Amino acid sequence: MTFMHIGKDFLPPDVEGKVTGDAKYVEDFAPEGMVYARLLTSPMPSGRVVSIDAAEALRMDGVLGILTADDLPPSSAPDDPVLASDDVTYIGQPIVAIAAISDAIAENAIDRINIEFERQGFVTDPLESLTEGGPNAYRDGNVLMQSNSLEDENATIRGGIASIKWPASEIEKLRNGLEPQGVDFADGWTYGDLAAGFAESEVIVEESFVTAGTPHHCMEPRSSMAYWQNGKCYFYASTQSQSAVVEPLAALLGIEAENVCMINENTGGGFGSKGRVYPTMAITGKFSQLLNRPVQLRITREEEYYLGVGRPGMQGWVKTGVRADGTVAAVDVIIISDGGPTGRNSASSSAQHISVVYTPSAMRLRNIPVFTNTAPRGAQRGPGQNEMSAAIAPIMDKAARQLDMDRAQFRRVNAPHSESPVYEHQGPVTSAFMAEAIDMATDMFNWTEREAAPRTRDGNKVRGLGVGLGYHAAGGNGYDGLVRITPDGRIHLHNGVGNLGTYSYAGTARAAAEVLKCRWESCEIVRGSTDLHLPHASTQGGSNTIFTHTRTNWVAAEDAVVKLKEIAAAEFGGNVDEYDIADERVFKIADPEQSMSYGEAASKAIDAGGRFSGEEYPDDIHPITQRAVQGIAGTGLVGVAKDNLEKRGIAPGLMISMAEVEIDLDTGKYAVTDYVGIADCGTIIHPQGLSQQINGGAVWGFGMAASERHVYDPQNALPANIGFYQAKLPTILDVPIEMPNGAVDIPDPYNPAGGRGVGEPSQGSAVAAVTSAIADALGHSFNRVPVTPDMIVNFASEEEQEAKLLALNTF
Amino acid sequence: MNQKLSRRRFIKGVIYSSAAATSGAGYYLATAQTNSNAVVERLLSLNVNGQTRLVDVAPTETLAFTLRNKLGLTGLKVACNRGECGACTVLLDDVANYACSLLTHTMKDRTITTVEGLRTASGQLSAVQQGFVEELSPQCGFCTPGQVMSATALLIANPNPSREQARQALAGNLCRCGAYDHYLNGVMRAAELLS
Repeated sequence: MTFMHIGKDFLPPDVEGKVTGDAKYVEDFAPEGMVYARLLTSPMPSGRVVSIDAAEALRMDGVLGILTADDLPPSSAPDDPVLASDDVTYIGQPIVAIAAISDAIAENAIDRINIEFERQGFVTDPLESLTEGGPNAYRDGNVLMQSNSLEDENATIRGGIASIKWPASEIEKLRNGLEPQGVDFADGWTYGDLAAGFAESEVIVEESFVTAGTPHHCMEPRSSMAYWQNGKCYFYASTQSQSAVVEPLAALLGIEAENVCMINENTGGGFGSKGRVYPTMAITGKFSQLLNRPVQLRITREEEYYLGVGRPGMQGWVKTGVRADGTVAAVDVIIISDGGPTGRNSASSSAQHISVVYTPSAMRLRNIPVFTNTAPRGAQRGPGQNEMSAAIAPIMDKAARQLDMDRAQFRRVNAPHSESPVYEHQGPVTSAFMAEAIDMATDMFNWTEREAAPRTRDGNKVRGLGVGLGYHAAGGNGYDGLVRITPDGRIHLHNGVGNLGTYSYAGTARAAAEVLKCRWESCEIVRGSTDLHLPHASTQGGSNTIFTHTRTNWVAAEDAVVKLKEIAAAEFGGNVDEYDIADERVFKIADPEQSMSYGEAASKAIDAGGRFSGEEYPDDIHPITQRAVQGIAGTGLVGVAKDNLEKRGIAPGLMISMAEVEIDLDTGKYAVTDYVGIADCGTIIHPQGLSQQINGGAVWGFGMAASERHVYDPQNALPANIGFYQAKLPTILDVPIEMPNGAVDIPDPYNPAGGRGVGEPSQGSAVAAVTSAIADALGHSFNRVPVTPDMIVNFASEEEQEAKLLALNTF
Repeated sequence: MNQKLSRRRFIKGVIYSSAAATSGAGYYLATAQTNSNAVVERLLSLNVNGQTRLVDVAPTETLAFTLRNKLGLTGLKVACNRGECGACTVLLDDVANYACSLLTHTMKDRTITTVEGLRTASGQLSAVQQGFVEELSPQCGFCTPGQVMSATALLIANPNPSREQARQALAGNLCRCGAYDHYLNGVMRAAELLS
């Protein structure tokens, strides 16, 4: 299909503001009379607040107010409370908020507050907590029971917290790559005949693995600012959606959703950590309500590492059975998740990664999310899939080698296609063209020839090649689209999805322009503030925007086209089938002279009223969209619809990466010296944006492979990574100087625009390619990320590793 | 740099003066700049973007704080406030510097350029800005003003850099989105535009 707009580069309207400094982020707004809130955060990893004495702080000139847990809606463990009291669970957890006329006064007032704490034991390593007699992160237990386990009457549960312990002997088995026996799990799933799968396997590889938790490192911290006007809260936040956070924020503030106006034109990075309302938003909203003044809560870089969520770590074991033809017969996985104090974990999506990209005939996941007194955890780019991708790649390489099979060919044999069943329910995908992507990467990287060449050592340098696969469910449905044509002929594309810099908010709007067959110059994207009447949209997360919102824009524009034709038919006679659109006019096919411009049709839509101009709207659109339509009713021709298009199963975003690394055995330092990334993301919607996502994700992959991790002092649970440098994200010198990429560009049949997302798999495939390449170079897999220089030096010099086997949250 | 006011001494001073750090873990550099209400400020004349700006400045105030909070130049961003990320990069006499790591009262005789000062007199984007737009260099945009300033400093010193030289010039600017490749493309495009 030939498109006017889709597949072509364009200038997203927010780019210029980013290069001139005109683009505004939360801390750039400072309305008249704004005052400042600061946080008192916990100095200890675990305990309880006994008393708070803020009398001296409140007597200070310029101090305006205080909030404690008592002033906010109650929450129960293991939810991350806005302000902690009964369950203090990590260092840096907010306990008190102070507002003052200056940031400095608020900060100084914090110093004058005396808090009496009751200390409790703490734990930073899930396996330590899981061991019999080991410490618990909460008084009542150490494990988050998942929802299906909550139905078990025999489980010891309070608010989802249970206590599960394993004998030390079974922990030791796990540390040494063996399956623990006779132990309890919190959750899991299975499909197929696992025993039969292993029985028919030619090769069985059984290994333990560990992946570190990682901070998000968003360049913009989660600061927020709010003020109230006429009973309405105007809220400035750094979020991944304007519309999706409105209802939860309203609930947090105890007001109706229609009384929240969310303003968020630019977000300085989210990566999953700003997909939901973050707890400190309640402080800004509540203080501004109480004080009746604009309030800014600035979150410092250091605080961002304390209270910004991080990726959960994993400690696990996997047994893989492969048939003689290279097809994966069975995979058995155990995952112990480091859920931090919230218990949020990605074990299921980790296992789903394997089910999608290696398509085993049988699979089992057994999962146990363990609480630790470390940073709260949540979604981070490709949650679960990407860290599993890193761990499993060298293990699959080992199986391929034992079969004397090319590693890329091994992946091609198992690659998902459009009829592959995936996940625990073995359901369908919308489409998948992984084999085509593998072929494209193989050619572009010249894999076959390079893989066959002998690995030679050059002095203290060794080189290795790696191949990695990435996957994420990349597309939702059921959201709403909204377009409006005004009498001046302008086409307003209302969009409530966030703007993280992927430009997909704009790329997806081009689907509406495609349907309306209009010039892009005639379009305006309406976004950035819910007062601008934005439809119900997904968060910009989960790689879903391209699929989800090309569909919403498509259906809304189709609704507008029908209305254009109806208006023309009413004017010139006949029925809608006799009309078509072109050049921003609607005309009678049999007599193109009988036509009117979009602007003229918009005027007539206003005159006609009813559903033509938004006075009436479909019953099935979300209340947020209903309010948006009410706000623009009578101002033009309104196209609005819920995405009820057919969708079969999961819309997969798929990636393959190939990489070369050069390792210095003397220093342990290594560099990615060559890299290729190829996506299967359906039709390419926006080539420059796609390139950004493929390469940006790869940079994340290099960071996960080499340097990023949570580290805690085991004696005091003090986080060691409270700056960019300490959990080091890659710099421009840590990535190859050129990073060629591409995509198979085959349309997904369940999206009229053909596209699927790929922002997350691009990290997973890259980190996997690097861990695979390191193992290739060394002839040894650490089964751990990050792989740090000390590990390589110790291996090369045949010394013991510093970290205990499977240890987490440590060096 | 004046030895008496080196960053090391400055940070040490902060540590000693804010020993009661609220979290008990690490120090709050932000405290230093915002403690300005407690000390006497003095009027300073700054040359910013070709204009002379008079501003009251506290002895412990950083240039980033002054530019953003007193002169309203919010283009530069404070992402770390401790000289790690480069989001606050400005030009001092055409050389890239971190504004979070400079004390404003040392800026008396310097020429300061922020991202707001790069457009041409007719309002056109500078070559770097134009190159970044054409190559879709930014992603989230938070680090972009800093990247723009580092690239601008490079092209002032070396209008025809190699890709490797451009990479070295941007090495002090972190980008969490990982847009490095596109930033490099943007710098090389800007060099073409200049030639």
